[in-house]
Amino acid sequence: MPQLTTGKPLKMKPQSKSAFVRFMKQIDIQLMVLPALLLVIVFSYIPMYGVLMAFQDYSIFKGFLASPWTGFKHFEMFFESPDFYGVMRNTIVISLLKFFIGFPAPILLALMLNEVKNMMFKRVVQTVSYLPHFMSWVIVAGLVMSMLSTDNGSVNILLEQMNFIEEPINFLSLPELFWSILVSTGVWKEIGFGSIVYLAAIAGIDPSMYEAAAMDGASRFKQIFLITLPSIMPVVIIFMILAIGNLLNAGFEDILLLAVNPVLRDVSDVIDTYVYRVGIQNSRYSYATAVGLFKAVISVGLLTMANYIARRAGSSLW
Amino acid sequence: MIRLSFGDRVMTVIIYMLLTLLAFMTFYPFWNALVISFNSGMDTALGGVTFWPRAWTLENYGIVFNDARLLNAFFISIARTAVGTATSILLTAVFAYGLSKKELMGRKFYMVLCIITMYFSGGLIPSFLLIRELGLMNSFWVFIVPSLVSVWNMIIFRTFFQGLPAGLEESAKIDGSGNWGVFFRIVIPLSGPVIATLSLFTAVYHWNDWFGPSIYISSEGLLPIQTMLKQILNSNIVSDQLAQLDSAAQGQLAKMRTVTSKSLSMATMMVATIPIVLVYPFVQKYFVKGVLIGSLKE
Repeated sequence: MPQLTTGKPLKMKPQSKSAFVRFMKQIDIQLMVLPALLLVIVFSYIPMYGVLMAFQDYSIFKGFLASPWTGFKHFEMFFESPDFYGVMRNTIVISLLKFFIGFPAPILLALMLNEVKNMMFKRVVQTVSYLPHFMSWVIVAGLVMSMLSTDNGSVNILLEQMNFIEEPINFLSLPELFWSILVSTGVWKEIGFGSIVYLAAIAGIDPSMYEAAAMDGASRFKQIFLITLPSIMPVVIIFMILAIGNLLNAGFEDILLLAVNPVLRDVSDVIDTYVYRVGIQNSRYSYATAVGLFKAVISVGLLTMANYIARRAGSSLW
Repeated sequence: MIRLSFGDRVMTVIIYMLLTLLAFMTFYPFWNALVISFNSGMDTALGGVTFWPRAWTLENYGIVFNDARLLNAFFISIARTAVGTATSILLTAVFAYGLSKKELMGRKFYMVLCIITMYFSGGLIPSFLLIRELGLMNSFWVFIVPSLVSVWNMIIFRTFFQGLPAGLEESAKIDGSGNWGVFFRIVIPLSGPVIATLSLFTAVYHWNDWFGPSIYISSEGLLPIQTMLKQILNSNIVSDQLAQLDSAAQGQLAKMRTVTSKSLSMATMMVATIPIVLVYPFVQKYFVKGVLIGSLKE
């Protein structure tokens, strides 16, 4: 619904022209906005409406409008399916691992980079560590496979030379190692890029605080905990809220690409990859949509809860 | 100068060591892949190729650049990145400029519509079915149209446009320019850095997208290099190539099979990586700014 003009301080005459006339008068700027808005509606809002098929037995032949409604059938099917336990366990474990390791890692890197006084060294470390963020997951997964492979994989070469192992290990076929590999790869890819925000927050700290602390005899190590960390806490909390909202995004591209070996299915299947597998590959559209919607509802709940806690602690997202 | 205590000096040494280790661990996999791509495949299979090629060869790249499918995939990726970035940036900038106008009727409503999409989405399956209903399956346009408008980029553009001095636009309007004229003659020329930043990010997205094509494209002639590379890494195609090579090399057994699936996939991977590495210095120049504008809005 179009709104009336936002209040200008001086209104020379009352709004007398009809909305339509005023709309036509500014048709040039409306034409800047409306085509793009149409695309937003088509590609974002139609799928949102389409989520309702989770409550249907959607059939491609009948289409969305004619498919019969079934209530919560697909949700119940998911809760009772034999896949439910494994998928939920993997989702929760992988996302918690990613949260507790992947979230602090960039903060730690930023704190370390801040202690480096040699600008040349700092720039080299930054340039190198940002690079993997810009690589596709296909490339990253390819590098991981190459590093870990039994065929001239550098990790196997290193372990053999240090006499830790006799024979090369096929790391990506061992279910017990998959979570570690997945989480390390994620940290490897994003640690540098993630540190940028925290470095910027650190750069904003008033240098006189460090001088005062040094006068009082605080060591550099102590200054990190007494000045740097408390000063960037607001930024850390905002990113923590966002990370909690993303908690159920345990992974998608990384898991699809790293868990190629079928023996990893039991430890690698998370909600998103499960939706992909049953939805796109097995064409069980309504069921997969229901699973995805279940996840979205929990995510919104988590985000709201995290924001509530943060607001009570004095900072908030909205 | 304040002298560092013993503890602080130990800390500094440890930090330098850890950061050196991090830089090495980040750089080495790329370097090793590059080395393997220039090493004879048979030799690599013997193991022990790490920092430097042992049996230097260009054969791997020879095969990659003679494979019509890979070349085609490479050009699809370039076309997608060029067309996708140019159209998306232009449309999104126009969109943002319109929304930056205070007199725009429905402005608040339009903004709310956009912002909601940043928090909610229909998810994979409804989007997939929509694309199919729209007849975009197996079409080049599936790369372009769904990602034409980026709400995220729109908000960054809009913030930037709102910061432009109003006087410039007014003087252009007195000279008789309409809003479109002002946009193309005044606003765009003033927006160089923000256009560069967002174009680079958009281009990186387009170049790297492999998942979309893997579900929307089934004809091999339209697959971009990343999706093709994924199939190569999962070794569907390589064995194929090797089989062709074997039949071509029948009779000259001595020369047969000095390449392996590993050496070939590393060479392909390097080809898919090069464009990113080439633009990386420019990306790096701008992205810190981009990330910071982005996080202001969060």
